[in-house]
Amino acid sequence: MSAAVRQERTPVRIGSSPARALRLGGVRVGYEVRQYFRQRDTLFFTFLFPTLIFLIFAAAFSGSGDVGAAPDGSGAISVAAYYLPGLVAAGVVLSGIQNLGIDIAQERSDGTLKRLGGSPLPIASYFIGKAGTVLVTAVAQLVLLLTVAGLGFGVALPADGEHWLRFAWVFLLSIAMAVVIGVAVSSLPRTGRSASAVIVPVLLVLQFVSGVYFRFTDLPAWLQDAASLFPLKWVAQGMRSAFLPERFAAAEQTGTWDLATTALVLAGWTLGGLVLARLTFRWVRRDA
Amino acid sequence: MSTPAVEVVDLQKRYGERTALHGVSFAVERGEVFALLGPNGAGKSTTIEILEGYRRRSGGTASVLGADPGTAGLDWRARLGIVLQSASEPGTARVREQLAHFAAFYPDPRDVDEVLEAVGLTAAARLRVSALSGGQRRRLDVALGVVGRPELLFLDEPTTGFDPEARRRFWQLIRTLRDEGTTILLTTHYLDEAAALGDRAAVIAGGRLLDIGPIDAIGPAEARTPVVRWTDADGRHELRSETPAVVVADLVARTGGEPAGVEIVRPSLEDVYLSMIEAVEADA
Repeated sequence: MSAAVRQERTPVRIGSSPARALRLGGVRVGYEVRQYFRQRDTLFFTFLFPTLIFLIFAAAFSGSGDVGAAPDGSGAISVAAYYLPGLVAAGVVLSGIQNLGIDIAQERSDGTLKRLGGSPLPIASYFIGKAGTVLVTAVAQLVLLLTVAGLGFGVALPADGEHWLRFAWVFLLSIAMAVVIGVAVSSLPRTGRSASAVIVPVLLVLQFVSGVYFRFTDLPAWLQDAASLFPLKWVAQGMRSAFLPERFAAAEQTGTWDLATTALVLAGWTLGGLVLARLTFRWVRRDA
Repeated sequence: MSTPAVEVVDLQKRYGERTALHGVSFAVERGEVFALLGPNGAGKSTTIEILEGYRRRSGGTASVLGADPGTAGLDWRARLGIVLQSASEPGTARVREQLAHFAAFYPDPRDVDEVLEAVGLTAAARLRVSALSGGQRRRLDVALGVVGRPELLFLDEPTTGFDPEARRRFWQLIRTLRDEGTTILLTTHYLDEAAALGDRAAVIAGGRLLDIGPIDAIGPAEARTPVVRWTDADGRHELRSETPAVVVADLVARTGGEPAGVEIVRPSLEDVYLSMIEAVEADA
């Protein structure tokens, strides 16, 4: 703060260049990831949650023998291996929809969004920051879960490129879906305080009816049909198609992995969520 | 360029049935420190939030740095600094990290360490924002408002909750910004603050502009006239006069001695302001 000058400055034009939005998006990712790992509560309830649930399930059912043996008694997998894809799916949805939805609702009520909205930060950079943070944290969460499952419980990970490729597109499409739906649901809670109470129960119900904790085909047919309207069922099924032996496709609703339907449903929810997010997102709650 | 930094004409705001602003007009010149005064609920924050682009106006026109705040874009935002009335962010970021992060949004930011020094947060640079005291947090709010080197700075009740020493240091900071040519629009309900900082002021109450002008010309002439008070056998007397010493001299000549309880009071901005607000409330 120097040099007393009282003159008109030529305003520096920043324009709306995509390069600037992208660069600031990158700045936001770094900033947000640092904040994420400093918040102990999200670290526990979101980041470690799938791994903790996996540990509980794997330990609780460790004595109940393997599942899914072929008629000749071969090819069974451990209960831990059977649960792994569901918890990978849960991790994506928790990091995306739940954590992001609550996070943005709180940012709206504690003034974070108002301050950002008063700065020349492009909205696109803010969203890039959120999406990038979800991607980074979901990958870290996944690596932790797979490491615990593989080293701690001897769960075999996919052995060939085809299954990893399948995993990759299901994972990335699921992240994209979860980010836009997370942004869209963030405008539902009226206050940041009520955000958890509004968002968590809905997702909990969805996890129970989407084959994350139970075998999907054990549910009554009407409930299977209802759950199939929502994306989580397809995320979980897509993850099973990547992690479980091919034979397990026979246990699905249609007796196949339904990969094309999975891609279509997830893409549909992503597009719908994108439109909804674009229409509902506001830096501040608009008054009358 | 001679356009005012801020110009509003007949600004109106309705929230459903309730009218918060009944047609307010004023202009803030470039390089000026302009204080918007008024009691709580007068419409100060509604006015400033319309000018910041946070709220839509219901009627009238508004121009801020030559643009309509309802539709202006990011180029315009880059020329503004905004210090909101209150913020309660969780504060996981560190002080310097937060300031440097916001500085990155602006095309020509100030030096982050110089800004920290100016608001007195150099020693707190590595602390989490959540570890700051209320007054330190407010100074960080101000730092975030000025780090983008704004042409126009909005300060919405900036020193609420400051102790007197912190307030004086804050005033010094505002004077420095003004000397650098920053236009400042300030809302406050501390009249000494308006008097210490403001070049001009406007008084708002009940969503209407009561008066506008240089700080020492605010209020009706009558309300600013010095008052002479004294007591005699008939009780307490009060006389307004531009020449109070003459009044006292006459009094002494007439009564032949020192009048009881004599005093000469020059109304402060606060007295003038309170008498204006009382008049409005009496009308309501």
